[in-house]
Amino acid sequence: MKLFRFRGGVHPKGYKELSSELAIEKFPLPKKLYIPLQQHIGEPAIPVVHIGQKVLKGDLLGHSYGKISAPVHASSSGTVIDITDFAAPHPSGLSLQTVVLQTDGLDKTAKSIIPLNPFDLTPHETAERVGAAGIVGLGGATFPSAVKLYEGVERKMDTLVINGGECEPFLTCDDRLMQERADNIVDGIRIMLHALKLDKAYVAIESNKPEALQAMTLAGKQYAPQIVIVKVPTRYPMGWDKQLVKILTGREVPAGKRSADLGVIVHNVATAYAIHEAIRYARPLVSRIVTISGDAVALPKNIEVRFGTLVSQLLDYVRINTPEYRLVMGGPMMGHALPHANLPVVKGCNGIIVLSQNIASSNTSQSCIRCSQCISACPVGLLPLEMMTRIKKGDYKSASEIGLKDCISCSSCSYVCPANIPLVHYFNFAKGELRDQQLNQTKNEKTKKLAQAKQFRLEQIEKEKKEAAAARKAQRAAAKAKKEALKAEKLQSKSESA
Amino acid sequence: MKLTPKSAPHTHSGNSISSVMLHVILALLPATLFGVYLFGLPALFIVILTITSCLLAEAIALYLACKAIKPHLLDGSAILTGLLLAMSLPPWAPWWIAVLGGFFAIIIGKQIFGGLGQNVFNPAMLARVALLISFPLEMTTWVDVHPMFSNSSPGFIESLKITFFGIPNLDEISSASLMGQVKTELTLNNSVSSTLLSVNYSPMSTSIGFISGSIGETSSILILLGGLYIMFKRIISWHIPFTMLLTIFLLAALFHFIDGDRYADPFFHILTGGVILGAFFIATDLVTSPNTKLGQIIFAIGIGIFVYIIRTWGGYPEGLGFAILLMNAMTPLIDHYIRPRIYGRDRNGNPIQLSEKSE
Repeated sequence: MKLFRFRGGVHPKGYKELSSELAIEKFPLPKKLYIPLQQHIGEPAIPVVHIGQKVLKGDLLGHSYGKISAPVHASSSGTVIDITDFAAPHPSGLSLQTVVLQTDGLDKTAKSIIPLNPFDLTPHETAERVGAAGIVGLGGATFPSAVKLYEGVERKMDTLVINGGECEPFLTCDDRLMQERADNIVDGIRIMLHALKLDKAYVAIESNKPEALQAMTLAGKQYAPQIVIVKVPTRYPMGWDKQLVKILTGREVPAGKRSADLGVIVHNVATAYAIHEAIRYARPLVSRIVTISGDAVALPKNIEVRFGTLVSQLLDYVRINTPEYRLVMGGPMMGHALPHANLPVVKGCNGIIVLSQNIASSNTSQSCIRCSQCISACPVGLLPLEMMTRIKKGDYKSASEIGLKDCISCSSCSYVCPANIPLVHYFNFAKGELRDQQLNQTKNEKTKKLAQAKQFRLEQIEKEKKEAAAARKAQRAAAKAKKEALKAEKLQSKSESA
Repeated sequence: MKLTPKSAPHTHSGNSISSVMLHVILALLPATLFGVYLFGLPALFIVILTITSCLLAEAIALYLACKAIKPHLLDGSAILTGLLLAMSLPPWAPWWIAVLGGFFAIIIGKQIFGGLGQNVFNPAMLARVALLISFPLEMTTWVDVHPMFSNSSPGFIESLKITFFGIPNLDEISSASLMGQVKTELTLNNSVSSTLLSVNYSPMSTSIGFISGSIGETSSILILLGGLYIMFKRIISWHIPFTMLLTIFLLAALFHFIDGDRYADPFFHILTGGVILGAFFIATDLVTSPNTKLGQIIFAIGIGIFVYIIRTWGGYPEGLGFAILLMNAMTPLIDHYIRPRIYGRDRNGNPIQLSEKSE
């Protein structure tokens, strides 16, 4: 298949060989599970269980709230022992409402009805079931998958793109999933095609995963014209959805729009697998495959982990071989550094990467020498060095004018920078500042509006008061005049009578 | 204990400023060593003096600016500036040319703008041009080739004398550069070809470098090899050197075709006056050249045109330094107007239309 040209990108050292040959294992059932009620983009789920309640694996713990949200299910059977704030897997270490589950070791699954044939479901029903299963984008973005499927119900789409790029170094969870469960992924793709009323799906897989390519090609063969497995070049950030759309279709998603506006729906391979599980077997999303790797890990693994399992338990399982390390959730290019390991694994966690000082270098940055390697590396076509200079001056607005808002934070620029300038850090900071400024502005405008309304109201009251006072005065004056007139009349009549 | 949490990326290419500088210095070494071999110890003294003055000037400036001295000195940029400047100096230049040039390059050329990465002009070229304008005699005194270990090569004491007390019997051993000679003879109504004949010019010997000239500019082949090395190391791309050489070549070919007696042939223009050095090492200076590939092409075409104009019709026999400085001054303008297209937007930064099919 002919691929279209794309710009930029980098070739970070892959380190995939650490774990790409290791079959998926299952992590033993932990004694306690800490399941956050927000593991997705959008509104957090609302808890529907109470402390002391017994739940089975797959039971609903929290229902979705609002249009963009996702429910959360019990990852195993046991008793809810607390619903409390618990540290979230985020660099800030801030906490989220979390259901704490004491597992009973039985891992008993809730009884559910198995649909006869997924291809008898209407698109709406499929989307509903995917939503109810709590499925979100498992590539790391965690956007509720059902929302994307509903979109296909509402308007005509033309292509489904399945993202098997997995361009981040170290991560091999999608690679292993494609190697071991290709048939199930293809089934998930067929269910999505049916739900979206489409007849074309591209599965894009980077050329550095020959086994996955082979397995997927074999599995997709019998659905040949419908499902096409495409080998794409190995170049980070291949997994950027808009880049994939460009490479496969030659079309660009206009700034400010989403690929769905072009009629292209992009889902991750792991999401396709989760959809297969949810529709075929009515299994909600309660676990995922996580790559635990990094040069500080003694036994790297691809391992199926229940949501709510603590990262510290995983680390004990794979053993860390250095006292000084950096803990990263996700890949090393875009992942978040975690402040500590006492944090739960969530839906968006595709990898736990533990890096020693050798890789996680934190050399101090030097002056920019304008070598423009960042410009060559930027997949979006931005001028990172120019944006950085403007942000450094505090001029966020002009940085935004030259493309800050188009930055996808892929870190390619920081990766190649010989001066080791944390470019993406600057951009993320400036994006936050701009958001703050915007919030402040809307707040100010609202306050101003309210103040004006109050002023108007006060003036109105004042005016009314004055009018009322004037009216009373006039009334009084009139009454007085009348009285006096009467008095005068009386006097007159008196004198007349006298 | 854990390493301090940091923002992404958590890994790095391992690229560093000092490694960039080191590779460029490595690439320049063969041509420099060849120059030292050709012109003997005085040339070596000039190289050492220039680099030392650059380092000293850098240290003083950093101290005055209250910046950390050691990391900045070790990044290699001052050494590179010194080396480039030395390569463009006459081999038997007096010591104060080297020292003055070194201080000028670093202090006026670089630190006054704010140090590494902030300068508008290439420091080495700026110093060279300043020296050329201020001390035309010293800057255009070219000695003949005196290969080391040959009888004509000055000894250690003699070399020290040359560098620190001046060249004895100046007229006996000096000669004009090819470029200068062609220019002078033209004013005497002697054609280019007859001049070149009279000085036994051959493109072969000029490319190998057994000719008089600046310390590091004589051997086009060694410089070209160095240039290809840093191109291979992806420190520079082909855009600037190739476009610049092509522009000079085409212009020279055009005028040579029109009037071969007045205008030297294109190979002569490419192989003399440090054009190859300029194309691969000075015009490509990361700090002072445009950021985008298209901008770099425009920049290189500009240099090519200016080099040819100044050489052919200007007052100086050599136009490279001026041409590069002129285009350095244009770089911010080029960078302002030439920008890559942003994904999902047109060249003006407006979102593209939904129906549009790009490329």
